[in-house]
Amino acid sequence: MNTSPSTVHDADQVANRRADAPHTSMFVRMLLRAAVLRRGRAASALLAMVVAAAVATAMMNLYVDVQAKLRSEFRNYGANVVAVAKEGQPLPADALTRIESTLGPKTLAVPFSYAVARTKDGQSVVVVGTDFARAGQLNHWWSVTRWPAGAGEALVGMRAAAVVTPDRKPFELTFHDRAVQLAPAGLLQTGAAEDSRIYLDQSEFQSWTGVAPTTIEIAVSGSTAEIEQAIAQLTQILHTADVRPVRQILEGEANVLNKTRATLYAASALIVLTASLCVLATLIGWVFDRRRDFAIMKALGASERLVNGFFAAEAAALGAIGALLGFAIGVGVAAWIGRVNFHAPVMPRFSVFPYVLAGSIAVALLSAVLPLGLLRRVAPAIILRGE
Amino acid sequence: MFPRLVYESFRRQTRRKLLAGVAITLGVAVATAMIAVATDIGDKINRELRTYGANLLVTPQEDTLDVEIGGVNLKPPSDGTFLNEADLPKIRGTFWHHNIVGFSPMLPVTVKVVEGASAIDVTLLGTYFNKALIFGKDEFTTGVRITHPWWKVSGIWPDDSSQNVLVGKRLASKFNIRAGDTLEVNSHPLTISGILSTGAAEDDQIVGSLLLAQEILGKPGAVRRIYVSALTKPEDALAVRDPKTMTPEMYDRWYCSPYVQSIAYQLQEAIPHSHAEQIRQVAQNEGTVLSRIKGLMLLVTLAALFASALAVSAAMATAIYERRQEVGLMKALGAGSAAVAALFFAEALLLALIGGIVGFGAGSLLARQIGQSIFNSQISIEPVLFPIILAIAVFVTFAGSAAAIRRAVKFDPVFALRGEA
Repeated sequence: MNTSPSTVHDADQVANRRADAPHTSMFVRMLLRAAVLRRGRAASALLAMVVAAAVATAMMNLYVDVQAKLRSEFRNYGANVVAVAKEGQPLPADALTRIESTLGPKTLAVPFSYAVARTKDGQSVVVVGTDFARAGQLNHWWSVTRWPAGAGEALVGMRAAAVVTPDRKPFELTFHDRAVQLAPAGLLQTGAAEDSRIYLDQSEFQSWTGVAPTTIEIAVSGSTAEIEQAIAQLTQILHTADVRPVRQILEGEANVLNKTRATLYAASALIVLTASLCVLATLIGWVFDRRRDFAIMKALGASERLVNGFFAAEAAALGAIGALLGFAIGVGVAAWIGRVNFHAPVMPRFSVFPYVLAGSIAVALLSAVLPLGLLRRVAPAIILRGE
Repeated sequence: MFPRLVYESFRRQTRRKLLAGVAITLGVAVATAMIAVATDIGDKINRELRTYGANLLVTPQEDTLDVEIGGVNLKPPSDGTFLNEADLPKIRGTFWHHNIVGFSPMLPVTVKVVEGASAIDVTLLGTYFNKALIFGKDEFTTGVRITHPWWKVSGIWPDDSSQNVLVGKRLASKFNIRAGDTLEVNSHPLTISGILSTGAAEDDQIVGSLLLAQEILGKPGAVRRIYVSALTKPEDALAVRDPKTMTPEMYDRWYCSPYVQSIAYQLQEAIPHSHAEQIRQVAQNEGTVLSRIKGLMLLVTLAALFASALAVSAAMATAIYERRQEVGLMKALGAGSAAVAALFFAEALLLALIGGIVGFGAGSLLARQIGQSIFNSQISIEPVLFPIILAIAVFVTFAGSAAAIRRAVKFDPVFALRGEA
């Protein structure tokens, strides 16, 4: 009755403001209020969304990255490509730099040159010249007691040592009447042909025998296709060599990698499926729970389109926010698994984000559409009566 | 009254129960399949790693040095000592014979091949292709087709009793010969049944049966070396110790573990005057690759368990949340919180057990499918897994329901009945 003019003025102002405001603001407000008022249920739906998105992101990241990680583990098996000089044609002197500049710094190339020398008592023994630093890096499985460090030092294979220097004393070798005195720096054990050989530094070997490297063992990292491409490139730049893949290493790697990938793929599919089902179950419950909102909106005269749009927008927003948070967490989980298992973090792959986002929104929309279809057939009055 | 409440609840709310039951079944199925795959993946990958070939090499104990460059032997052919072919089947008699996938004897012989006017030296490698052997009552086949799976033949593999040979790819292109041609080796004409591609020294060699190589060499029963492919356990601190310095108990444990070292030791015992050594390139790398893949699958399995636990919890929470009115009615009729909670937990237990049993069955099938399609072999499910899976299912279902049940029980019956939830 005694409303002061100012209050009337205020009410008018509010009414004016509301009339002027675009309709979208009401829509946004309904969305926001719905989230705030029912934060418990909204939070649990969001949580399910986040977890599903996180698990999906982690699995996709791992699936892509693990192959690269495993490939680098497989490089411990050593060279997968060998370049052998064709008969009577030496390898170019700058072959190593050529290989490394063509294939990039991740490639490891090790030269080997061979000669048969004689011991003092006339036994034949294979002597190999190589680059020790590179050979050690390439062949992790070589069990070496001590790498040669100075001039005149040789790495002696286990079985060769028993013949040439059973007492680990310096020994003499002759090649075409040229003798050298060598001291055994350490013993080499591989369980294969290397055990019967004596290894020398390449420059020392070459000044003694005059034999240049005839074989280059190369570890190329990458997929089968990339390695094939590398072989084609190497054939181009090394005219005098026969470049061939080491089938034992390549096929073993391809086989194990394929099986691992397939298992991981099956596991990822199962996990993503379970996570999506979890979201579906939670969201259907959430939307179903809000049938009273739905009924009130319809009772107040909201069109079918508006109500559907409202629930769809809500679901999409939930999906998008869930995907965003889940992606961040999933990348973290993948990085953690990478660190724990491979001692190297899995790099975040933003290329999977669109898939996670699209998948999350799709699942959210699906779980909004299913209960709405059921509710549409029921008159608002029945829902409001609580039946 | 209580059983009837539970029974009626299942009878009247079939749809809701079905939804929760399906969620539990799916969750348990995924968990079972993943656990089964993760526990078996080590064995499976170990077998796949055998595509890298032999990891053990047996040579004569008093062996002279190999003088060999790029697969070409530079030593007089009859030089050195040999193993006896008759001892080979004894490999099947060693303690870890089930772990030995296969073995191939090798006997390289230098032969003269006439090409045009001149004769050149070529290595002829005698081996088993896929030879049938008998040890005791145990019949088995072994040879390079098992131990060297990357050897590819265009043409047909020769028979172990025939005089047919394979010619290495590069040698074949040098002589310009094809499968079906004959090649004069030490003035014997030999039929070429196929062209061999290995990507290694054999590409420049002739490969024939062991018998043929022995005939050419004139040493029946001679074997130069044996490649053995065995399933091994990754090396640990015990593996690398010298068996001579071990206490008897430690020695037993070492001897009865399939380390590459203990298998080498047993091969030496089985074959007289032999020396067995691990091929480090193959043997040493297996462990790392294996542990990486096993670790990966373990972590992925944890993720799968987590996801399925969450799915089950979410489904249970939703199912209970929808039944507030029922709770209101029960409480209005005088039921205490404990009675209501007991009803819900009983229902959850029943759902978990049914879902767990069905899910375990479905998961076993799933694991079998995965094993069959990826590894071409069965993934065996340990029966001990069943009670564990069931316990996990019950626990997760309870944990998932607990929060929802607590909230449902706390709810004021008046509001619940008025529908103002």
